[in-house]
Amino acid sequence: MLEKRLLILAALAAVVAVAFMTIGLRGNIAFALELRAVRLVTLIQVGVAIAISTVVFQTVTANRVLTPQIMGLDALYLFGQMALVLALGSVGYVALDPRLKFAGEAGLMMVMALVLFLPMLRRRFDIGLLLLTGVVLGVLFRSLASLIARLIDPNEFAVVQGSSYADFNTVRPDLVVIGLVVTTIAAIILWRQRHLLDIVALGADSATGLGVSWTKALTGLLLLVAALVAVSTALVGPVTFFGLLVVALAERIVDSRRHHLLLPAAMLTAVIVLLGGQMVLQHLLGGAATLGVVIEFVGGLVFLAMLITTSKR
Amino acid sequence: MIEIKNVSLRLGDTQILEDVSLTMPKGGVTALVGPNGAGKSSLLSLIARLQPLQSGSISVDGLPVDTTPSRQLARTLAILRQDPAVASRLKVRELVGFGRFPHQRGRIDANDMKLIEAALQQFGLMDLADRFLDNLSGGQRQRAMVAMAFCQGTDYMLLDEPLNNLDMLFARQLMRDLRAAADNDKRTVIVVLHDINHAAVYADRIVAMKSGCVVADGSPAEVLQPDMLARVFGYGMDVIDVGGAPLVLHHR
Repeated sequence: MLEKRLLILAALAAVVAVAFMTIGLRGNIAFALELRAVRLVTLIQVGVAIAISTVVFQTVTANRVLTPQIMGLDALYLFGQMALVLALGSVGYVALDPRLKFAGEAGLMMVMALVLFLPMLRRRFDIGLLLLTGVVLGVLFRSLASLIARLIDPNEFAVVQGSSYADFNTVRPDLVVIGLVVTTIAAIILWRQRHLLDIVALGADSATGLGVSWTKALTGLLLLVAALVAVSTALVGPVTFFGLLVVALAERIVDSRRHHLLLPAAMLTAVIVLLGGQMVLQHLLGGAATLGVVIEFVGGLVFLAMLITTSKR
Repeated sequence: MIEIKNVSLRLGDTQILEDVSLTMPKGGVTALVGPNGAGKSSLLSLIARLQPLQSGSISVDGLPVDTTPSRQLARTLAILRQDPAVASRLKVRELVGFGRFPHQRGRIDANDMKLIEAALQQFGLMDLADRFLDNLSGGQRQRAMVAMAFCQGTDYMLLDEPLNNLDMLFARQLMRDLRAAADNDKRTVIVVLHDINHAAVYADRIVAMKSGCVVADGSPAEVLQPDMLARVFGYGMDVIDVGGAPLVLHHR
């Protein structure tokens, strides 16, 4: 029964992917197909990265209205990028191998995520405090980034400005492969740990009682989340509410928090929403709006709705 | 055997436990009693390695709790905490099944299925098995948590106020189940109780704590004496004999 819902989701995702590749093809077919294939892969891996990182983050924090981005993790990534430009200058920054740059930034982010979030999560905070901390951290890193932006000269600023907004249209072929590797490995690890994730969702005490080494498990999961956020932020920029939207949808669809259902459902939902949304905007509305803005708007509404309904209980 | 040697615990400025040494032999039901803030829950969570040891040592069946791999301990010892947070959108049967996690890492085989069904049956959860936990009452959820701890199938079971939220029928049932687990399955049960009369009837041994220290340790008849109770709980109460077991009139 539940597996049937997953199959329907998978079929839907496949249909959307085929439609994405074929609708409105004209001109040099081979060239267009190649371009679309790279975009398809980009969007799929971004969707998957955001979906599973959100699922895991919500499990670890025992909170269904959080995403790593709400907690300012992507702001941390952008801050790292700004700091690099400041240190190296725009010429040095552009000359750097983008893959090396990505690895450096992702590594930095993983360390920072551990330093900032591990002590907080080891003793679970209540949602109010957690949200507040996230907002404060997000503002802090964004302010630091804009402080650096004022310090560097305008030409250098232009180099990094492009990465500060969610953009699903620009393709970064240089980062697609490394992103694909990171996302695939993370997805495999998380799938293999799906039972552990179910136990982690019970909270520190129950999980420890059932034989989970809490700090070790938390460290590993947090590192994976940081890596996945780095991938999605590097490829399309910061998206705050997309993960919340797709995980909430996926949870409705499979009606369970068990990870063997929720993880695949969230991935597939993310792919359907991203590819479908992109097609609708591009072909039906003629590019009248950007996907990033629409998704954030809808996701923000879902966030508010969830905050209101959970506080009612 | 659980061996607690010179354990102290300090949280901030508060001394929670002060040089507690206690030996609990294998088998039987031991009840931990005492006023609020006596350190009963802290002692239990230290035994179950939910909190790091600050000083002293604790071992369960010869396994030191601070250095033994968590998974190995989880096959020896199960803990039920007071008011555990319960994940949302989880069915009762799934939660009870999590008790098998230390043994199977999530794969459930035919034997596990049998144990899960038996636990559901034992705690009167058959009708609720496919309900979501967030739609249950506090007492029903408590029973599901106890069933999970039972399902873990460990030699030692630590329960922190398991009678919370339970009505009289299920409270009595749970105490009988704990007694049966000790008598028939040779399990060792350590349970924090506030209802001292449950302890009087079902426990082999009562350990009374106050202000972080063990103040009395012995059979129910030895511990449940008026002067001892007055010392532990801070007010005098009568004790009468009903069919050979002491009955504490603590509510008058």
